[in-house]
Amino acid sequence: MTVARIWRERGRRYRLEAARCKGCGKVFFPGRLVCDKCGSREFEEIRLSDKGKILTYTVIRVPPPAHTYETPYAVAIVELEGGGRITAMVADCDPEKLEIGQNVRVVFRKISQDGEKGIKFYGYKVVPA
Amino acid sequence: MSGIVGWGSSVPKYRIKVEEIARQWGEDPESFKKGLMLREKSVPGPDQDTITISVEAARYALQRASYVDPGEIGAIYIGSESHPYAVKPSGVTVAEAIGMQPDFHTADLEFACKAGSQGMFLAWSLVDSGRMKYAFGIGADTSQGAPANALEYSASAGGAAFLFGREKVVAEVIETHSYATDTPDFWRREHEFYPQHGGRFTGEPAYFHHLLSCARIVMEKAGMKPSDFAYAVFHMPNGKFPMRAGKILGFKKEQIEPGWVVPILGNTYSGASPMGLAATLDIAKPGERILMVSFGSGAGSDGFVFETTSELPALQDKAPKLRAQLADDPIYLTYGQYAAFRGKIRV
Repeated sequence: MTVARIWRERGRRYRLEAARCKGCGKVFFPGRLVCDKCGSREFEEIRLSDKGKILTYTVIRVPPPAHTYETPYAVAIVELEGGGRITAMVADCDPEKLEIGQNVRVVFRKISQDGEKGIKFYGYKVVPA
Repeated sequence: MSGIVGWGSSVPKYRIKVEEIARQWGEDPESFKKGLMLREKSVPGPDQDTITISVEAARYALQRASYVDPGEIGAIYIGSESHPYAVKPSGVTVAEAIGMQPDFHTADLEFACKAGSQGMFLAWSLVDSGRMKYAFGIGADTSQGAPANALEYSASAGGAAFLFGREKVVAEVIETHSYATDTPDFWRREHEFYPQHGGRFTGEPAYFHHLLSCARIVMEKAGMKPSDFAYAVFHMPNGKFPMRAGKILGFKKEQIEPGWVVPILGNTYSGASPMGLAATLDIAKPGERILMVSFGSGAGSDGFVFETTSELPALQDKAPKLRAQLADDPIYLTYGQYAAFRGKIRV
């Protein structure tokens, strides 16, 4: 991931900044220009909840090099309280013990880094609640 | 009145037991458990560092002081000897993650294990002077000890954040004092991975001289004696030193034990005495006095005299308490897993 992209996306990656359609109330994460439900172009900035439930997940056993020591780990789609879905790594758990519907909370973690000399980038993961 | 208006602590989920480290190096675990009064220590996950620990502790502090708009926090100081970058501030990432940006002052502080209490002193001073409404002081570390070194049994990870303000104060700062000399008991040169220390030299001329001197002076300035305090928190490089310091000063074991988290946490360096204070605030009652004295190698101590207020109890259950975090289903690592997590081996 480029340094410019990390910088550009810090609002949503650090603070779960999302957009709610002023026309129909649908929540988008990340935000978008046109609502796919009602066609409105008017949005308000909101912050998603840090609590949610696992909708589904998969277990990664062959990771990219940066995550060698975290393998196996789960990546889940999480439905957050109050609306909005995120795809996030599930940390601090045995992935074999996860269940669909399980409560999780959003935490701030180091996501990866660009080798030994490059930028470290941070964002959200979830942990069992 | 000025003082702490919100506090939070953060400890990683991972642990390693003294027995597991001793087994790796053919040492007798009982001699370390008895000598250092340690049972296990926290280990940061591969995705945790001083920044992530500081964010979680600061978020818990804001969860307690939920009426505070992060945009009104004028400064954030993070003390650590394990800032993730040599050049790039931890404070900006933490401030962005909690929504403080862009009108704030920040500095990453370093003074071995007293960097966190330095941040607390600066944050409180700015608030007390009226320069700003709120300010954060944070101590956090993911400390390292070289393989097979005595430090490996204690160097752990965690942190605590304190939000200072002048209204709805839960623990008023009654007095402070700082005491420092050029005493080279422990250091880490640039580009070196592990610190070096002076063995027994870290005891009497370093830890005990600075911590005891600072404690005596801050109590004298406040016109108080050990029996005036409900609690005392001293820097915890191991379990033994703070208990011995307390005994020399005339404190009873019962005054020290609430904040004495080191046997099951390890030495969180810049986070150590701040986490002891956080654990004490988790259970203190209104109108109680707390003495906190940090120690940082190099060497120096910061002393604080706090008095809790009637605002405290309502905030205690609004965020996870430190001892509850420590007891919450920890994940125990083998030495191999620990070595990989801490970058001690490369494959």
